[in-house]
Amino acid sequence: MAGPLSAPTKEVDPVVEDGTTPDLPWQAIVWNDPVNLMSYVTYVLQKIFGYPEPKATALMLDVHHKGKAAVASGDKDKIEADVAKLHAAGLWATMQRA
Amino acid sequence: MKGWKKTGRGDRQMIVGDFDPQEAAVLRGLLREVRQMLEGRAAEAPDDELAEITGIRLGPTKRPADRIVARLLPDFTFEDPDLAAGLRSLHEPQLIAAKLEVNQHMLDTLPPDGGRVELRPEAADEWLTGLNDIRLALGTALDVSEDMPDELPPDDPRAEHMGVYQWLTFVQDSLVHARMAVREKR
Repeated sequence: MAGPLSAPTKEVDPVVEDGTTPDLPWQAIVWNDPVNLMSYVTYVLQKIFGYPEPKATALMLDVHHKGKAAVASGDKDKIEADVAKLHAAGLWATMQRA
Repeated sequence: MKGWKKTGRGDRQMIVGDFDPQEAAVLRGLLREVRQMLEGRAAEAPDDELAEITGIRLGPTKRPADRIVARLLPDFTFEDPDLAAGLRSLHEPQLIAAKLEVNQHMLDTLPPDGGRVELRPEAADEWLTGLNDIRLALGTALDVSEDMPDELPPDDPRAEHMGVYQWLTFVQDSLVHARMAVREKR
């Protein structure tokens, strides 16, 4: 991530920056199934989440090869809505605590 | 059906495909079957006086007994049966309504005797969703698996329907690619 450089301050941020956001307790999981097309799954992930094609493709390949992938995380209401959208599109999706 | 093609430019981009009479009849038949299954499930929703007053419709809490309907309307979570039941009840009516809407849209845009289907990009999205529901239904009925051969032995009772399933796969995959070509130009 590129951003403006600022002088370091002496205050120590207690939140560890490790790429995950601490208050994202739920995940939307997409599971592999034998019917859904790779092309269609990629397209749905782009459309629902606005992911660029390379990211959507990588997630689709994770679903295909590993059997599942976490495609989104957030609070319960957001993930619940995401799973409903994935079901409307016909993907096999569930939500779970991260 | 020889696949979908993108026509036009800018705001006038359309996705066009031609169906012969037999293809249109097969597709319409499958759409009606899925429609009946979803309407049957919708009729299982509890009659609730409160729902009539509040306008909030609740669906059944139990997973559909029919495995095809269960695939069209999966559980929301594996973690907690009570949460799964609650989320199903809350979301299922809208999900069924959305699936019936794309199903009807396909029936409205597909000429009964075959012919040309012209879709704006948003309409192509509805077709993609509706085609996927039909493939899910047929694929579940046929027990499609990833290691299944492209052609089943002729004595397999599923062999004939498998051809229809593979044709649907072609129609949907072609539409995904035509639809993605539209997006890339924007």
